[in-house]
Formats: sequence, structure tokens, C-alpha cells
Amino acid sequence: MDGSQSVSIAFVGSGGAGALTAGNLLLEAANAAGWQGLLTRAVGPQIRGGEAAAFVRLGAHPVECVPDQIDLLIGIDWLNAHRFGGEIEVGPQSLVIGDPRGGELPPSIMSAGARLIAIPMKEMANAIPDGRVNMIALGVAGALLGFDKNVFFGVFEKQLEEKGPNAIASSRAGLDAGYEVARDLRLGLRLAPAERTAARKWLISGNEATALGAIRGGVRFAAAYPITPATEILEWLAPNLAKVGGVLLQAEDELAAINMIIGASFGGTPALTATSGPGLSLMIESLGLATAAEVPVVVIDVMRGGPSTGIPTKSEQADLNIAVYGCHGDAPHLVLAPQSVGDCLFTTQWAAYLAEALQTPAIVLSDQFIGQARAAMERPADVAFIGRRVQASDISGSYKRYAIAGGSVSPMAIPGTRGGQYTADGLTHTERGIPTSSAADHLMQLDKRRDKVERFNYGDHWATLEGNGDLAVIVWGSLTGAAREAVRRAAADGIEACLIVPRLLSPAQPERFAAALRGKQRVLVVEQSHGAQFYRYLRAHYDLPAGGRVLNRPGPLPIKPSEIHRAIMEWRG
Amino acid sequence: MSSAEVRLACKPADYKSDIKPIWCPGCGDYHVLMAFTRAFAELGVPPEQIAVISGIGCSSRIPAYTSCYGFHGVHGRSLALAAGLKVTRPDLTVVVASGDGDGYSIGGNHFLHACRRNIDLTYVVMDNRIYGMTKGQPSPTTEPEFDTALSPGGTGLRPFHPLVIALASGANFIARCFSGEPNQTAAILVEAIHHPGFSFVEILSPCVTFRPDERDWKNLVHPAPVAATNDPARAARRIMTDDGFNIGILYRGDRKPYQPDVGGASGDLSELEKDFER
Repeated sequence: MDGSQSVSIAFVGSGGAGALTAGNLLLEAANAAGWQGLLTRAVGPQIRGGEAAAFVRLGAHPVECVPDQIDLLIGIDWLNAHRFGGEIEVGPQSLVIGDPRGGELPPSIMSAGARLIAIPMKEMANAIPDGRVNMIALGVAGALLGFDKNVFFGVFEKQLEEKGPNAIASSRAGLDAGYEVARDLRLGLRLAPAERTAARKWLISGNEATALGAIRGGVRFAAAYPITPATEILEWLAPNLAKVGGVLLQAEDELAAINMIIGASFGGTPALTATSGPGLSLMIESLGLATAAEVPVVVIDVMRGGPSTGIPTKSEQADLNIAVYGCHGDAPHLVLAPQSVGDCLFTTQWAAYLAEALQTPAIVLSDQFIGQARAAMERPADVAFIGRRVQASDISGSYKRYAIAGGSVSPMAIPGTRGGQYTADGLTHTERGIPTSSAADHLMQLDKRRDKVERFNYGDHWATLEGNGDLAVIVWGSLTGAAREAVRRAAADGIEACLIVPRLLSPAQPERFAAALRGKQRVLVVEQSHGAQFYRYLRAHYDLPAGGRVLNRPGPLPIKPSEIHRAIMEWRG
Repeated sequence: MSSAEVRLACKPADYKSDIKPIWCPGCGDYHVLMAFTRAFAELGVPPEQIAVISGIGCSSRIPAYTSCYGFHGVHGRSLALAAGLKVTRPDLTVVVASGDGDGYSIGGNHFLHACRRNIDLTYVVMDNRIYGMTKGQPSPTTEPEFDTALSPGGTGLRPFHPLVIALASGANFIARCFSGEPNQTAAILVEAIHHPGFSFVEILSPCVTFRPDERDWKNLVHPAPVAATNDPARAARRIMTDDGFNIGILYRGDRKPYQPDVGGASGDLSELEKDFER
């Protein structure tokens, strides 16, 4: 059997049944066997006893988006599965495995026309000392995918080490039983053999990649207020900042968190906080302060459904407006968006570099989808961006912190530097930093802050540009993977389209964007926002060809490659 | 220049900037500024090693009137900004200046947590029991019957008791000063800055414009009758039962300040990748 390009597996169960554990172990095993993959998850709001699903998509090449359909769905139980609504999509080609004692199959799955197979997983687990149903399910999946069982055993030794030898033994027994019962089943899909490459393999989540990128970019202070789905960034930074001479401080709220990082950065230490929409809303006033006082900081917003508390555990791309336009007054700052789990590392590192270079805040718009997804991937290439601030030293005479510097930043005196004393201020100020309400000073400093960010050369990293053709598909952030796959499928159908994904959203890059659009007759904008925020942003800053189309939808359901592919094909007629 | 020579060179005038304050004539904050510069000279710390951090309000204008590094931030958040600065730059002397609106109302939550966190900061609140910069609205320390346009007939609310709250929240040093006695205030500020951990100094600083009645404070203040205690229970009883005009150091705790190690070996960044390698 040749196997296929990619295969998708979902484990579903009530909270605590181990669906996420099974998904994680499957991804670990696939990684160990040489495949790449992406694990996403869907959980309800309950901490215990809700519903949980792990979606694992595996392939021989980078996997950056969800599949259109699940090929293999295993219900550890179906007790709360109806709560997922449209999140679990199966079709006539899918194989659905469930336990007759695991509750009733949700009608949406029942009516999909999938092949249904009953396996008494609970009974099998009960026959094993400390046996768990999710390990039976994992064994079934491993057998159907044609994985070597020993790969799993290796993973158990590492991942279950802390739980002790009994846990490893019972997991092995469960896996064995799963393999045994599935021996004669056929999925109809087996993975193409993994290509062995010399590349080092990583297993990392978007939030972890973000945190690592921050440290690589020079961040040595973080302030933390917990919020779903950003907390993992902060939890990774807490021990790891300490290893590199940095520190994380837990704040009493987001108002404190943003001001703590402004204080640390004022003292010369590159600083970051991570939050989600509600926290960003609280931080906005002080982001204006950092802009006016020209203090570099990095704020990661791992977006979730909004407005207000919204859907904390699920993704949406609807914080673009507040990130770009949220500050009162004219407050030019940076807004960037990573395009995949791996790109969270690059984009955050670049953001830390840019914030320091431009002495202004950088907001990084990640989202729950890439933030909490785990990727099995090749180690990303190193990049040289390390934040370095233009500092004032050897000061003689009167120091002007906010001196007009011909369109670039003015050297910043760090406390401790003799002769550099100044007061950073959110009030409109003179070149020396003295509060003023003069029209001339106000204009001079507004111009200074605008020019330094607009005249900077951001290079090729401002966007990802791929493909040719007179139709441009324009997306941002976590939709990049799905759009790339749709463009590839359209190419296979003989329709050439190109992909434009701005990584730098603010300041806008009109010349570069115009060059990217040269020769394009039509644009298709795709975004996960009810109000078409991205489309409106593009219309505000760029000249799009007449008659652009927009495919927009709010979260939490991901926009799938097939939907984008269909939009491309329909337009082509 | 050796540090001994720096010490000798320090005069109060060395800590004053050339910027003319916006304060009203007769404002108590002029004397607080005087106390700051005298205290800094007494400490002998060079101005570039001191950071004065503030929020918004009349009192929060003070950083730019010193020759130190300063940060005049947003309303109510000075303590958070100072916490980020001090933990990453423990070498600096960090003094936070605030008022009763900035510190106790909009910044109230940060006050609690700064006391609890016990970072080595000195927090000076100039209390005039009124919002001065917005022209006379009641603050958390305004008396219940005080009549304003925003609270006709008075608020009817019990004033906030900042010193008790500081004590209950974990402040490590608590004092009350009167701006009209800048030498004594300077001496207490020196002790507050020297004391490890979070030091809270409330300075009664009259607003002669919106609270002309506060001109009478000079007749009401009196030295605390007993020396500072290190017993929180005893300090609580004294603070809760005094008349609000007891001047002096009221509590000296011995809690260890919070200061994580920073700036040590920068470590090998490639080590951090080990979490992700398979």
C-alpha cells in the first residue's frame, strides 16, 4: 500500500477520559517514527468532567492546518460528544470506532454515513490491571495507521516515566490489546512512509514557540497575569527566564502587568507580557503610554472568541481592530501576526527585535488555534534578530531624550547613566521630555514617532508571498496553513493563485503591498472574524483591485482548506 | 570619582531640576519636594542612581522637578511600573510618588499587592484628601460631610484608612509625615529608603486651593508619643486609635524583601531547546 499524503485521527471523550493524552502520545509516536503533524484540541469550559477532543493530523510534510474531515474517529466515550456541534466532521469515507457501553453516538456523526465499528474498549481495559480505555483507543489507532508498536513503547518510557513502571506496564498492555483487536480492521488509509532526513525534530506548541522566540529576541523580563489561552507562554517563561538571568513577576492584574514591563524596559531590560483579548483591552491605555514615552515592550495577544469573555477556549481573529486602532490619540506602534506554530518563534523574536530597535510597543497577534496546537516539525532555522536598543552614553551637556533625529529613534538613556536623567512622560513633551501643550512640540513629537516606524526598512519578512496567477488569496495569522493548502489544491486542479500573508500588520506597507498586488485581477480575502476586520483593514490601507471577495466567518469553527479551495474554484467559474 | 567623593559632593540643590512646578502657591507639595531633595542629599546616592516614579495628579508631577531619572506614567499604576523597574534593576534607589486619588482610588489594588509583594521600594503618598488637578472632587480619604460639586452635601462615606491597610497587606515600614516639617520628613524618608522591603510614607500635604481648612493641619499634627514598634498587632492598635495626626515612624517590620536573582549567568540559549527536541 502506498499510503496517503496525510491522515487525520480524532480521539473524543468526556473530560478526564484521556482523549488529549491519547492525542499527545500519538503525536509523540508519529514524530519518533519520522512523520510531521499537528495536534489541535477542543475542550469545553469545564476544568473536569466536560468534553475533550484531540485532533491529530499527520503527514510526511509540514502540517499546518486542520483537515476537512476526520479519517478515523475514536470515541473513548460519547457522553458529552454532542457538545462539539460542528467541530467534529466525518463523512462517508471516515471510520468511526466506539464502545457499545460508551453512550449514544451523537446524531450528527450517526447521520454522516461513516463506517461504524463497535469495539468493547471499556471491557478490554477492565481486564487489565489499572487499564485505561484511552490506551486501548491509542492501540487501535496505531494498528490502523500501520505504526510499529515499539515506537509507542519508546514514547511510554519517556513520557510516562514520572508515573512509574506500573503505569508504563498497564499502558503497554492496553496498547497491545488495542493492536490485537484492530488487527483485522482496515482504515483504507495508511501513511506514506516517512522520509528520513537529517533535520532535528521538534515537538512544540505555538505558545512554547512564542516564549522561546521572546528569549531568543532578548526578552529578560516578563510580567504575568493568567488568562486562557495564553497562560502556557507565561508558564514556560517562569522557569526558563530564570535560567538565562531573567525574571518573571506575577502581576495582580493586566493593568499591573503592562506597567511592570514598561518599568523594566525603562530600566533597560527587554520585557514582555502575554494575554488574550480581555487583558489586551485592559492594557491599551498603558500601551499608549509606552508609545508616547517611547518605551519598547512586547505584548502577545493569543486571541480567543470575543467580544467580552467570549469563548475563552476557542479561536477567532477578531482582535485586529483593537490591536491596530485601540489606542486613543495617534499612537503608531507595531502589530505582527505569526503564521504557524513554528512561525510563532520567528515572529515573536522579530517583534522583540523591532520593539527594541524602534523604541515602541509591539503587539503580536497569535490565537488559540496556533497557540495551543502542538506541532511535530523540523527544527526551525536560526535567525539573527536580537533586540538592541540605541542607548545614550558618554553624555555631556544637556541631554535631549526625545531629540528629533531625522526620522529615526533618539538614543535612550538608561537609569544609572550619568547626565542622562530625564522623566519619561505620557504628557505631550518637548525634546527634553518636559511637559508642554504647545502645538509645535505636539506636532514635532507626533511626526517623530510616526516617522521612526514608517521609515524603517522591514525587509522581506513583512509578508509571505507565494505563487503566481492573477488571483490573490490574502489571509493573515493562523489561516495561512489552510489557505496554502487550498492554493495547492487549486493548482492541482489547474487554477493558479498566489498567496499573500502580511506578517507585519502595522505600520502598513503600501509600496510593498502594491508590488505584491501588481498584475492581480482579483483578490479573495479570508478571515475568521464576523465583522470582516481584516478586509476593512486592507481596504483602509491598500488599493485592492475592484470587486474583491471576502470569505469571513467568526470562530470557533476553523475555516477549512476545502472552503477556501471552493471559493477559489467558484470564482474561476 | 570614588563613592566617598560623590557623597561629599551631594547637596539638596543637586537633586532639583530647573523645571518650575505647576503647583498652586502654598501647596504642601513644594515642601515634599524639598524633603525629597534633602533626603537624597543625606543618602548621598547620585541622582542618576535614583528613579522617581509616579502616576497622575498634582503630587505625581514631582519626578520632573528632581534631577533624578523619572517616570510620569498613567493614572494609578506607578507601583506596578516601579516593581518592574526595581526587580530588574535592584542597584537603583526607586521612590514612588502618589496622591490619595492616584494611590488609594484608581491605584488601590496595586497598593495592596505592592505591600504584599514587599519589593524594596519607598512609596510616598501626598494625601490632601481631595482631587486637586480635576478641581475639587472627593477622594477615598475625604471626610464624609465634605461638600463638593460632585458630592453635594458630602459623600456620606467612611474615609479609607491607608496606614491600617498597608499594615494588613504586609508593608514593612509605615510612617506618617507632615509636609510643613520638611526636615523631619526628609529624615523619615531617609529611614524609609534605608529600610529593606516596601516602605510606606503617608505625607499630609495640604491643598490650600480646594481645602483651605487644611491650613489648620499645622496646629493639629504632633509627634507620635512612642517609638516605632515591630509588632504588627501593636502597630495596628496604635494606628487605628490615633487621631490621624500622629507624626513619625509607626511600624518597622522585619520581613525579607522580595528580590529574585537577576542578571546572573546569561546561560546557553540552546539549552532551552531541549524541552522540544525528540
